[in-house]
Amino acid sequence: MLPLRSFASLRLGVKVGAIQKEKDRLFGGDIWANLVNGFSVVLTPQHLLFVMLGVTIGTAIGVLPGIGPSLTISLLLPVTFGLEPISAFVMFGGIFYGAMYGGSTTSILVNTPGESSSVVTAIDGFQMAKKGRGGAALATAAIGSFFAGTFATLMLMLMAPLLVRFALQFGAPEYFALMLLALSAVTGLAGQSAPKAFFATLLGLGLGMVGIDLQTGQARFTFGNLNLLGGIDPVMVAIGLFAVGEVFWAAGTLKRTFEETVTLRGSLMMNREEWRRSWPAWARGSVIGFIIGVLPGAGATIASFLSYNAEQRFAKGKAELGQGAIEGVAGPEAANNASAGGALVPLLALGIPGSATTAVMLVAFQIYGLRPGPLLFQQQADLVWGLIASLYIANLALLVLNLPMVRMWIKLLDVPKPVLYAGILTFSLLGVYADTQNTFSMVLLLALGVLGFLLRRYDFPLAPVVLGAVLGPLIEQEFRRSLAISVNDYSVFFTRPLALVLMTLVIMSFLVPLFNAIWKASRRRAAVSAGAVGEIED
Amino acid sequence: MRRVRTLPLMALLSLLVASALLAGCTTMPAAAPVEQAAATEAAPEEAAAPAEAAAGAALAPTAGGFPSKAIQIMAPANPGGGWDTTARLLAQTLTESGISPVPVEVFNVPGAGGTIGLAQLVSQNAGDPYTMMMMGRVMVGSILTNQSPVTLAETTPLARLTAEYEIIVVPANSPYQTMADLVAAFQADPKSIAWAGGSAGGTDHILVGQIAKAVGVAPEGVNYIAYSGGGEAAAAILGGQVAAGVSGVGEWADFIASGEMRPLAVSSAERLGALPDVPTLTESGVDVVLLNWRGVVGPPNLNEEDKAWLIAALTAANESEQWQEILATNGWDDVFQTGDDFAATLAEDNATISTVLKEIGLIE
Repeated sequence: MLPLRSFASLRLGVKVGAIQKEKDRLFGGDIWANLVNGFSVVLTPQHLLFVMLGVTIGTAIGVLPGIGPSLTISLLLPVTFGLEPISAFVMFGGIFYGAMYGGSTTSILVNTPGESSSVVTAIDGFQMAKKGRGGAALATAAIGSFFAGTFATLMLMLMAPLLVRFALQFGAPEYFALMLLALSAVTGLAGQSAPKAFFATLLGLGLGMVGIDLQTGQARFTFGNLNLLGGIDPVMVAIGLFAVGEVFWAAGTLKRTFEETVTLRGSLMMNREEWRRSWPAWARGSVIGFIIGVLPGAGATIASFLSYNAEQRFAKGKAELGQGAIEGVAGPEAANNASAGGALVPLLALGIPGSATTAVMLVAFQIYGLRPGPLLFQQQADLVWGLIASLYIANLALLVLNLPMVRMWIKLLDVPKPVLYAGILTFSLLGVYADTQNTFSMVLLLALGVLGFLLRRYDFPLAPVVLGAVLGPLIEQEFRRSLAISVNDYSVFFTRPLALVLMTLVIMSFLVPLFNAIWKASRRRAAVSAGAVGEIED
Repeated sequence: MRRVRTLPLMALLSLLVASALLAGCTTMPAAAPVEQAAATEAAPEEAAAPAEAAAGAALAPTAGGFPSKAIQIMAPANPGGGWDTTARLLAQTLTESGISPVPVEVFNVPGAGGTIGLAQLVSQNAGDPYTMMMMGRVMVGSILTNQSPVTLAETTPLARLTAEYEIIVVPANSPYQTMADLVAAFQADPKSIAWAGGSAGGTDHILVGQIAKAVGVAPEGVNYIAYSGGGEAAAAILGGQVAAGVSGVGEWADFIASGEMRPLAVSSAERLGALPDVPTLTESGVDVVLLNWRGVVGPPNLNEEDKAWLIAALTAANESEQWQEILATNGWDDVFQTGDDFAATLAEDNATISTVLKEIGLIE
């Protein structure tokens, strides 16, 4: 919760009058009247049809590994040429939110995240599924996504101008500190062995280094291979290590181990205890996800890891995290959905795309002859408010679509394993090829699968590799940008107020677990020397 | 019993397979008729333009029967960038204004400043008139910095389409009021001016290198901060994180219009119609003119007949009302050139860019 507190105090520091003026400039008047207008634009049979189409496609591509919303929207662009812009945009909005809903399904049920933003969900989600609580995990993901999506849309509507100003405060040193904070989540992903987690993180950071260096244009770790110049997409790392690695693992052990998975234990939906534990996680995840989403370039994956990090510190069931705690699903799933809503803030208020998907939406705006930017809210009020209204509708539609599907998805566990794993392998390869149109990427995916198999064989945790691959390039670029802008003055990380706050959090989040461990160890020693064996269990 | 229970799941899975095939499939010939039908329902002003243009007859196929299926334009970058946008707008114009008798589609081959796409075009599409590639001046630079084994000399230059001049801006609260102020500070302490722009070795970086050289600052001493897109760079400028920013004129037009960025100079030879109050670099005492263009090349070994057809189609697209409107909306200049003229431009730019990249220290 600590990061939130610091953000909140910052928010209060801004003068209220200035906010109102900024709001008026952007929105041109009363928000609620505009919203009613937005609903009246969208609530026509034709537009509702497109919202439904969008959420259905979005859910489907979310489930499929490798095919993300940015690819889907760019493929659908030509189909929408002749449509009214509003029809196209409400559909894209549905796809955007829907993809975040669908991503959790395979993560939870078969430990094969289809995007990097649902990697962290697999950790506790899959454990829950093994214990027969897969239905509850899917439900908390769906309801949490609804909660977070609605929260993010509301914030987008009420706070967009203010948040944009806040996001602009983020320079390279702040981003660097934020990325370090996200990296500190690795301390909680360690599992059995800290050195192994450390190695896995370094491996991920190394994978992130491959390709052309943005600041100098020089190729690194490409071994003269042209195909590696573009770098290795973290999404591919996630699918390769988890999905393909899981397939290889299953192929290698299927005949020898008899791991009995329980399809269902207790009720299909969440029980009272699970509801009680999900609420605070959804709330934390929503706020973290939204703030991260607003910052251009941070994205859903970082939001989900930061949320997991927060759960490790604040969740009631934090001791259980890693072994199937519902907070480990509820928080990150809320966070990645909220970040989708957050990413629309810089797009609509400034015309700055904060993610791959919003970059494609920017192209869509241009194809319709619209220029998103500081003036969009005034010049295209119907479109913008229609889009916002459709996001509320899309969220509701997704909940209605996804909750009944839990019953059906859970049957995925009954599918014979050979069929299931063959399907996963096919879809992973198909998805990666569709995204890059390059056969090399399929070879790379299989190579990453072998790497995933080996890491699993020797008990290395996989999530830190993905986290490293996502954060590596960002940490490095922001570090070098900070030093270039400050002309090699390292104090820049501690003299800017926001950076200082974030750096303090970073240091605390690395040191607190360390002190905890030392304290526990010394207490144990004291207990042992005192002969009070009964007090060891803490 | 079990078979019955898994039936809905199987049905859903097959639906997923179907949607995956739809998503994975880049050829969508079915799209064209849908567009025509839906266009009539669109807002009146949107529907009017294509309907008028559609009156013009489609180009007749060549004697060899080209084209008989959909033509594809490769955007050698991720969806969302400049090449992708231009490719999609071009495909839209060719299809909607009725110039092409077959649908024109866009697909993306991202990576390495377009050199991955270039390598694919040259190695896999030789002689295939159904694949064109969108590219631009930036690709000339990335071929050099990436030491790409494949160069543009192996492609068939078809047409140069759009151009955009560069603009130099500072944050609204910057102490620098004119280009001369900025240059003075730059000369006094080159490192104190952090320039934000696109990736290293790209057009923005090259412009800064040329400015440095023109005002007597060693190009390798430039403090250039590369951002992976115009959006990220814009955020850095709006937040006052950097001293100055460089980009295409159109990209930040709205920030300039709303007063959040102050334009100091443009890289054109004469002042631009859209920004009559912004002086050129030359006027400000910096002797640099830079034109950033985008164009279309074909694969190697095209036969003359197919090449002529493609050039005719691109010429018709360039002359269409719809394209001229697109140019105006985006603030792009019409610098249309075809075939050999375009090839000459390519060679000329290659020489200039390689000199500047050497001076900046990006290539040896």
